Amino acid sequence: MAQKLKEVDVVIIGVGMVGSIVAKELAAAGYKVVGLERGEARFTVPEFQGPAIHDELRFDIRKALMQDNTREPVTFRNHGSETALPVRRWESFLPGTGLGGSMVHWNGQTYRFQANDFELATRTRERYGKDFLDADVTVQDWGVTYAELEPYYDRFEYLLGTSGKAGNIKGTIQPGGDPHESPRSREYPTPPQKEHFQGAMFRKAAIGLGYHPFPQPSSNLSQPYTNPEGVKLNACVFCGFCERYACEHYAKSVPQTVILPVLLANPNFELHTGCQVQRINLDSTKKKATGVTYIDRAGREFEQPASLVITSSFALNNVRMLLLSGIGKPYSPASATGVVGRNYAYQTMSSVASFFDQDVFINPFMASGASGTLINDFAGDNFDHSGLGFIGGAFIGAVNTNGRPIQYHPVPPGTPAWGKGWKEAVVKHYNHTVMFSLHGSSVSTRQNYLDLDPTYRDAWGQPLLRMTFDFPQNDLKMAAYVTAKGVEIGKAMGAKQVAGAPRKGPYTTTVYQTTHNTGGTVMGNDPHTSVVNRYLQSWDVSNVFVIGASAYPQNASWNPTDTLGALTYWAIDALKNKYLKNPGHLVAA
Amino acid sequence: MDKFSRRSFVATVGAASVAPVSALLQGPPAAAAPQNPTGPTSAVNPAKPVYLFFNLAEAAFIEAACERLIPADESGPGALRAGVPNYLDTQLGGAWGSGERLYRSGPWQSGSPSQGYQLPFTPAELFHTALRAINRQLETKSTPFGALPPEAQDAFLKSLEAGALDLDGVPSAVFFDMLLRMSVEGFFSDPVYGGNRDMVAWRMIGFPGAYADYYEAIDRHGERFVREPMSIGEDGHAHIHPDPNIPARL
Repeated sequence: MAQKLKEVDVVIIGVGMVGSIVAKELAAAGYKVVGLERGEARFTVPEFQGPAIHDELRFDIRKALMQDNTREPVTFRNHGSETALPVRRWESFLPGTGLGGSMVHWNGQTYRFQANDFELATRTRERYGKDFLDADVTVQDWGVTYAELEPYYDRFEYLLGTSGKAGNIKGTIQPGGDPHESPRSREYPTPPQKEHFQGAMFRKAAIGLGYHPFPQPSSNLSQPYTNPEGVKLNACVFCGFCERYACEHYAKSVPQTVILPVLLANPNFELHTGCQVQRINLDSTKKKATGVTYIDRAGREFEQPASLVITSSFALNNVRMLLLSGIGKPYSPASATGVVGRNYAYQTMSSVASFFDQDVFINPFMASGASGTLINDFAGDNFDHSGLGFIGGAFIGAVNTNGRPIQYHPVPPGTPAWGKGWKEAVVKHYNHTVMFSLHGSSVSTRQNYLDLDPTYRDAWGQPLLRMTFDFPQNDLKMAAYVTAKGVEIGKAMGAKQVAGAPRKGPYTTTVYQTTHNTGGTVMGNDPHTSVVNRYLQSWDVSNVFVIGASAYPQNASWNPTDTLGALTYWAIDALKNKYLKNPGHLVAA
Repeated sequence: MDKFSRRSFVATVGAASVAPVSALLQGPPAAAAPQNPTGPTSAVNPAKPVYLFFNLAEAAFIEAACERLIPADESGPGALRAGVPNYLDTQLGGAWGSGERLYRSGPWQSGSPSQGYQLPFTPAELFHTALRAINRQLETKSTPFGALPPEAQDAFLKSLEAGALDLDGVPSAVFFDMLLRMSVEGFFSDPVYGGNRDMVAWRMIGFPGAYADYYEAIDRHGERFVREPMSIGEDGHAHIHPDPNIPARL
């Protein structure tokens, strides 16, 4: 029997990046806010401190900061005709858990999407004709434009203190930046990080080929910074233990270093950790949420009534929360009806390895999570796709982030997997190889989706999320095209041997690719093809907002976090200035 | 003290750290070698390793197999010198062996390669089961596995890798994959876990380990970074928040 708690104004499910920012804004506006976090509270001191944080086995291999998959995995299959089975060990993607969420272990790569991305369906039709896309592709417009989001991107980047070089300020191209970027209103808060050797080699080769290299925008800061919340960060020292790790140096922008100190000082906010939310409760009309039910770490059940429910957990968990709560119609690929779980997309990652002679010392261990150099010449719609048979693209960059040797020991194709031949190759190439990442877009399709698994359950007895996904032909064609471009750059760098590895199907859960899972609670202007409206408000239950990368109708060529930060501030603006003044549907269905 | 040099790495740390295969295979592997802050040690401590998870027959196979996966050669020490079998023993006897980070609810059924590991065995159960079957097969041969010539050892390991054998319900390819992955882990992980003894693997490739500050060094493009590697067992860093008025925690 659940113990009923005192009603509050707002309950927030998941206190990661989105939850922290929303809670801070609404608590500061005078609302009583409760944040429910399933994981533990943790802070730079003492939890993230050296020497223990620099432990590749514990954090990379054993995945110490990740969602507890022994209690709460997902099930997976490539195609609807197969039986989905549990992902018994995380590999392909790594959702985090605990205060600060997945952002604690992010790289800090802080890209904006381009104007084209937010109107992808319309602009593709306009430029390439209405029959250009494969029949199974279900890309659509976001219902919000880049111009509308620009002030919110700006606010988020200044919260983080992102280090970079603008390429386009109010329409004027800036030397040294990315000329393909959509206009930004001002320069980055801090200058770019120092360029590592791989980045410098890449820059020279890319310029020689007529491309437009620029420094990777990084939220591992190039210099000390005090953000508009009054919180101070340090400069990154390129320790090489960034993604999959928490930062010991106060140099990576994460909730702990940019906003939690302010949020936790506000008496309007209460943080409860170790709380597993079971569902959002609805009233008898199913049109209004009454709060949430959760189970604490001691197994006690509570009902937390609230006027407004915000689910701000990892993308996959946002989708599952709506399905478990019966909010919105679940998507069915057979009839192509329903919306919750529809348009699940990912990221199409390829790579290029360039092997150099023994007198070229790369020192791959000197890096931040985002201190590379890259080009956007083959990203998004920055090149003509006529006759290519696909949309989208990838950034290509020397963006290697580490030399942690259990995972990082590149060898040329054809090297034996073990024995003397393997060992000699590892020793020979470890410090003489440059890796490019080709970070590719992902279209949504009719057959890729998320729903509840009919068989497997979590530790609380609730159905697991079931993922049905394989790479669309569109994206495999894209990967092959951009990888060939990457190989040309590797050769132009003077490498002795260049090996391109375009992403190929089938998609596998056994190899890490990215944690950029998107879609499933898609935003839009049409309730038949979206779960939330352009303000991330549920079409079905007006006092539920779903904020996460689950809102992306498809995924673009860049890391998703900056866009999620922009959407968060965009939604907060609508909450504070529209919804909370007059609760109800912000957009007529 | 950090310094850059274009001297070759072999000249820096010396061939003295390379123990001959024959010497290692004749006797038990080295126990923990003393940490040497000025350079690698060439001494191989003859103390008998302690195995808490593997029985004697299992340990004998594991020692010989690991040394074939990562053999000592001109490029540097192999798995035995690095303590990889001891790493495996500690991991399999601890939380990892009993299913840490492994979702263990049924129903159990085999899936496609994309769906990954779907067997009910914990790593500990999988190793015991597979090693029992392997040693049963090897007992029928006149020569113990550890005494076979390297080519014959490799041929047997390749048969496991190819998945040709059913090891009492464990596909041999699954066992081999887990053995290889864990051997690489033990070779390259921080020495506090019992492998990578005296940081031999890090020295071999030039990885500085848990060392954490390259703010100045990153500007020295293309130069060899020569520095004694650092284990998390010896890093004494501490960090203080830049603004004492901001609470670091609740």
